[in-house]
Amino acid sequence: MAIETHTNVSHDVHGHAHHDGHHHHKETFITKYIFSEDHKMIAKQFLISGLIWAFIGGAMSIIFRLQLGFPDMNLSFLRPILGGWILETGKLDPEFYLALVTMHGTIMVFFVLTAGLSGTFSNFLIPLQIGARDMASGFMNMLSYWFFFVASLIMFFSIFLETGPASGGWVVYPPLSALPQAMPGSGLGMTMWLVSMALFIVSSLLGGINYITTVINMRTRGMSFSRLPLTIWAFFLTAIIGLLSFPVLFAAALLLIFDRSFGTSFYLSEIYIDGQALPNMGGSPILYQHLFWFLGHPEVYIVLLPALGITSEIIATNARKPIFGYRAMVMSMVAIGILSFIVWAHHMFVTGMNPFLGSIFMFLTLIIAVPSAVKAFNYITTLWRGNIIFTPAMLFSIGLVSVFISGGVTGIVLGNNALDIQLHDTYFVVAHFHIVMGSASFFGFMAGVYHWFPKMFGRMMDPNLGYLHFWLTFIGIYMVFFPMHYIGIAGFPRRYYSFTSFDAFKIFSDLNMFISAAAIITFAAQSIFAFNFIYSIFKGKKAPENPWLSNTLEWTTPRLPGHGNWEGDIPTVHRWAYDYSKPNADKDGFDDFIPQYVPLSKTPHSNLPHEQELAKFEQEEEQSNVNAQH
Amino acid sequence: MKKVEEIVLDEEAPEVASMHPQKFAMWLFIVTVIMLFAGFTSAYIVRKAEGNWLDYELPMSFWVTTLIIVISSATMQWAYISAKKDNLLNLKISISLTSLLGFLFLVGQWAAWSELVSSQVYFAGNFSNPAGSFLYVFTGLHAMHLIGGIVFLSIMLFFALKEQIHSQNLVKMEMCTTYWHFLGGLWLYLYGFLLYNHWVL
Repeated sequence: MAIETHTNVSHDVHGHAHHDGHHHHKETFITKYIFSEDHKMIAKQFLISGLIWAFIGGAMSIIFRLQLGFPDMNLSFLRPILGGWILETGKLDPEFYLALVTMHGTIMVFFVLTAGLSGTFSNFLIPLQIGARDMASGFMNMLSYWFFFVASLIMFFSIFLETGPASGGWVVYPPLSALPQAMPGSGLGMTMWLVSMALFIVSSLLGGINYITTVINMRTRGMSFSRLPLTIWAFFLTAIIGLLSFPVLFAAALLLIFDRSFGTSFYLSEIYIDGQALPNMGGSPILYQHLFWFLGHPEVYIVLLPALGITSEIIATNARKPIFGYRAMVMSMVAIGILSFIVWAHHMFVTGMNPFLGSIFMFLTLIIAVPSAVKAFNYITTLWRGNIIFTPAMLFSIGLVSVFISGGVTGIVLGNNALDIQLHDTYFVVAHFHIVMGSASFFGFMAGVYHWFPKMFGRMMDPNLGYLHFWLTFIGIYMVFFPMHYIGIAGFPRRYYSFTSFDAFKIFSDLNMFISAAAIITFAAQSIFAFNFIYSIFKGKKAPENPWLSNTLEWTTPRLPGHGNWEGDIPTVHRWAYDYSKPNADKDGFDDFIPQYVPLSKTPHSNLPHEQELAKFEQEEEQSNVNAQH
Repeated sequence: MKKVEEIVLDEEAPEVASMHPQKFAMWLFIVTVIMLFAGFTSAYIVRKAEGNWLDYELPMSFWVTTLIIVISSATMQWAYISAKKDNLLNLKISISLTSLLGFLFLVGQWAAWSELVSSQVYFAGNFSNPAGSFLYVFTGLHAMHLIGGIVFLSIMLFFALKEQIHSQNLVKMEMCTTYWHFLGGLWLYLYGFLLYNHWVL
């Protein structure tokens, strides 16, 4: 069996190789690895696609960091990859610089941290942790991946267009993005961007509908909402936020498509190009920004909440302590979710918005600091005096808490509309969101991979390489993004190709060089992860069923759970997921953790008073069930 | 290992809230459509507040199509009740009638578009204004969803002809009914919204 599954996994990684005829199951290669309806396989598909995208997006950032840090460098050695985008002089084509920035943003925000993170862990963990055989609709789940795959393909091919991919920034503001003649990247590349994003939205909605339905309707016996692991709460709320915000992005994109290709004027008004007046009248580019940021801001939390949920779970498990303030954690996520819908205009303080309105949005934005601080404090208090086990996953989780705080603090600065006028569209903003959204979510992603790898592939990742990966990444991202704050305060605008021609910006060329060097080191460190990941899939140490001594249900499944997850009955849930280091557990015959499936009646010594009563009730019910059966 | 379907069947989870997953997913889909149109109508309000807005008369055909879609909701409900009472003949008649009314609604919307064009309110081009374009987007996207609804109805008709819809097998019929009523309600909202913006404001 083990050898069999071993070969199976290898196929998946090799990008769906040929059928090798070894399978005697009813499932064919295609139904098992390609058009699979098993949530675990779909999760792995999302994971591997997301990681591939992460490396592509990361490599793009290295190329434009080379340009920013070493503006006089001869980049001819990149010509084998970039071809004509490296000019005769050995410099990067300025148009392609813009394309790289745009693609880096799009790829990282949507393809890596939305699809890669949510797609992987929502798919993998929701059925396993709530005790379900699979998602509510395996078919819709499969469609969700394949819509994402087609969206990926289209986005990927757009990179190789002669006119380049979309180049107007990942937010694709009109009129730049709406007029094909405005810049090369607004031509076919922009069309493909829009098509790809439309498919991506469909994929997200199919996935989200499935996640919500599954969490609400398919929980196992005893898995009440108040016993859900925080991971599930996070995925659930993420899916709700996505369900409410992605359709609005779809609306924005549709109107943009009409403007681009059908001659409407939703966003376009009185524009001259090369002295020629365009016929478009009466449109409003600000309208696009409203629609876009109504998705765009919740999107930040779509990216971040799953990472926070994963972290809650990993910190509690590895601190061997119950999560501090379970209800506060849930309520703060709900609060963040609600607030995320009423703060979008803080991205638009400089659009000529009424200052009074700006103050309201500032006020609402600053309120988000409250639930965020609750979460940060709860992580720290969970760690406080815990028997901390520093697994790589734990390190990445603690790293998340660190970047969540240091990036959140600058959010308070940017949320002020008066300060934002100075800092808007500078590197300060870039530094802020790369730390609090990019790095935090990426750390959550990595923590999740290290933590659930044993359940995904039945093998352990090498912890020493994990530590190395963590420390290089952790130090690296601070080296990259911390100096960026200073550059931003000095007024460096983002998305500029070069600063050498401005006297004011010459002073920081050494700092830019430092950032670029740090970025290269950080990116190079990711190869350690790539090696560890691929090597461990095939050659890693075989994983025990419950390597981290965790309470949640996924660790009760076999080492390599089949389609259906549990071989026998689905376990019933009798307690919350955080009974770690419960006093007197040893008298009940337990170590420092009591899994969720253990009935309260089995642990009379460690039960709290209200649990003792529940235990009595539970026993009576069981008795009456037995009587009824006889 | 046992086949998944077998295991799922003999296991119920009575303790947790239970709604049929597919029906629930249908409601969530409806939520996404609501958010889509909420986005469009908010955009309408925001854009209108900026001025440079074309004033024009709404086509009179909308009154007719509104009437048609309301009647179609009634026939849809009739179909649902027939299915519930195992009256398969009435079921087939009422589903066909509903589809026909849906088709008539689309024809009526097309007529409304023609009316708009003849009074020089265009979707796109040099003489268009977002005021008119928005109306085409509202009605066009609603029509797209309605075409989806007619496809759904046709599938129901197919099942009805094979006598696979009856009081014991109602889930899909319930979903179809929900969706169709929603489309009717959505049109009433959109038309009400347009009327309000044309007359009151």
